[in-house]
Amino acid sequence: MKKIKILLFAMLAYVASNAQGEAVEMANTFRQSGKIYVVITVIAIIFTGIISYLIYIDRKISNLENKQK
Amino acid sequence: MNWMKRYWWKLLGVGILMFVLTFGLLSKVPTLNILNETIRNLFYHVPMWFTMYALFAYSVYHSILFLRKLNMDNDLHARSAAEVGFIFGLMGIATGSLWAKYTWGTFWEPRDPKLNGAAIALLIYLAYFVLRSAVEDETKRARLAAVYNIFAFPMQLAVTYIMPKFMISLHPGSSDTVNFKQYEMDSQLRLVFYPAVLGWILLGFWIFTLVYRIQKLKIISENEED
Repeated sequence: MKKIKILLFAMLAYVASNAQGEAVEMANTFRQSGKIYVVITVIAIIFTGIISYLIYIDRKISNLENKQK
Repeated sequence: MNWMKRYWWKLLGVGILMFVLTFGLLSKVPTLNILNETIRNLFYHVPMWFTMYALFAYSVYHSILFLRKLNMDNDLHARSAAEVGFIFGLMGIATGSLWAKYTWGTFWEPRDPKLNGAAIALLIYLAYFVLRSAVEDETKRARLAAVYNIFAFPMQLAVTYIMPKFMISLHPGSSDTVNFKQYEMDSQLRLVFYPAVLGWILLGFWIFTLVYRIQKLKIISENEED
């Protein structure tokens, strides 16, 4: 009887731990609200800006190199 | 279309990164306790270290070339690549530390081998720059730096990558940390992670070429003054 009780408890604990696993908190509502796209656009704009600056620097160095030749 | 020949890999890197930065927030990720949404740091934090490895590998490759041919241009390659790699390492430490604050409740967990290894690796390369600045003679500096770099590269790889694998670490991806045992890369993660590594490496090398070319111009203009 004691063994069965332990077994039952173990099974219950296992189920409970699994149930906990399913309820992992993720940003679901955050995405559902649709505003995540605003953040993504902001990131895209910043990245474009930085890359444009990098291209500008690259060309500037090229000009200097051409002058020195 | 001559510029395409020179710029294609830079554009490729930028294109890939645009995909990674945007899709990295939208893609489906495994739902895991403790990690939650921060699993997405795999797309942002981890590629910093891979880019650092790539640049350090390039740096040590040129250090070996320098010792064989004693060409100062190889020394300049090695120096510039190490510099950019170091910056990427700093980014890795900063982002990792911020993540640790929200996951473990502390900016720095002093007993964790992965964190300490990362700090030691950066100190090893800091010593490389200190060594360079301490030697006046150019050829001597290049030679010493090349030899030191050949020791530094395997050391940093050992302390950041190999050693933490054999130790107990809280860091995700480590072998036997209870909560992250389920942490496995599924195809959804790989879809963003692999491009992220490639994209950041390409961008890292682009920045490296800029640093290298500026240093080159500086050397030429200094020689003209003499």
